Amino acid sequence: MSLLLFDILLCGLLLALALASMLSRQLSHAVILYIAFGLLMALCWARLAAPDLALAEAAIGAGLTGALCFTALARQGQLALSPVLSWQQRCWPALFVVVTFCGLLLALLQLPAQPGPLPALVVQNLTASGVSHPVTAVLLNYRSWDTLLELLVLLLALIGTLQISPAAVLHRSWGLSRSWSRLLAPLIILLAGYLLWAGASQPGGAFQAGALLAAGAVVLKLNQQLDWLAWRNIWVRFFAVAGLTVFTLSVLTVFFLAEAGSEPLWLRWPPELAKYIILLIEVFATLAIAIILTLLVVAEQPQTALSLARADKTEDIDG
Amino acid sequence: MSNGEELGLFSLVISSGLLITGLLFFIAGSVGMLRFPDSFSRLHAVTKADSLGLGSVIAGLMFYCNWWQNLLMLLIWLLVLASGTVSCQLLARFCKTKQDQP
Repeated sequence: MSLLLFDILLCGLLLALALASMLSRQLSHAVILYIAFGLLMALCWARLAAPDLALAEAAIGAGLTGALCFTALARQGQLALSPVLSWQQRCWPALFVVVTFCGLLLALLQLPAQPGPLPALVVQNLTASGVSHPVTAVLLNYRSWDTLLELLVLLLALIGTLQISPAAVLHRSWGLSRSWSRLLAPLIILLAGYLLWAGASQPGGAFQAGALLAAGAVVLKLNQQLDWLAWRNIWVRFFAVAGLTVFTLSVLTVFFLAEAGSEPLWLRWPPELAKYIILLIEVFATLAIAIILTLLVVAEQPQTALSLARADKTEDIDG
Repeated sequence: MSNGEELGLFSLVISSGLLITGLLFFIAGSVGMLRFPDSFSRLHAVTKADSLGLGSVIAGLMFYCNWWQNLLMLLIWLLVLASGTVSCQLLARFCKTKQDQP
């Protein structure tokens, strides 16, 4: 009874926060409400017995996206000057959300109520997957294609962002926030390492660990620390791409080194090596995800001949 | 142990008292955040009440868990305490600089 009450309260709060975030007059209020929405969403996933999703939602949905929105707001000079949105401006995103929601609801109603044969198959083949946590087995063995494409999408998003991100607004940071972020850094590295390692047998894994590392790095970067963590650093570029590269290379290696007798298959790990391949991929994926997410939030446009910021500057000089 | 029936009456009373005290602190903090006039008093209401409220809730929950879970909860409380204090200070400083500027 009390749990039912809690669930009803949670759903009601989620809906209220979503509506308030969509309809709020100030963009900064909308962002704060959205962060609260992300935290409650994580609680929802935890109630639905999906701790993997809850971890990812708390780290990415509530933490990193909030920081991303705030830094984006800080970089928008014009919007920050006139932050109050008109009625029409607030209604268009709400309309978009309602249409998407109706589409999702229609798709959801067509799903069968009973679970399909897949969960049983996953558990049945778990011993051959190299890990003992079903979610990790799905993400990095049965459906590793999805994870590979996710890494690619993240990298593409970063490359796109680097082209258009306006110059960062530098604020003087207080000694207190600097020392606090420095104090948190080892704790975050420890937790991320634990999450990465725990992913084999419990909820956790590359995405959660990477998001946590990125959150720590963003806090440090916003306090003007970690100067080396920028796109101009060749090692940062290397590790940002390495997640995808290591994944692709291991796929190719397994494909070409497959035994002559067995038919080689794309994205299939041999059971005796699966554990090590997954670990290798996850370590590099964690680093890549951490770097990409950090740079998405605090990226500075590289000074190349083609960058837009530079074009603007030269135009200013010409004019 | 998931229900209070395995606890003695004395522990049950103490843990319930602590839990209720914690919840009262949370309610007081929320009311303070909604009702107080300026940012500083609101910050005061939220962070002070919540640090103590969470401490009481955790102390109340400690009667139901084993020592390992208790240790974890204690660590979580310390972390929340520290981060709450630091963010309160940072927000207050931000408000102060905003106030002094114009």
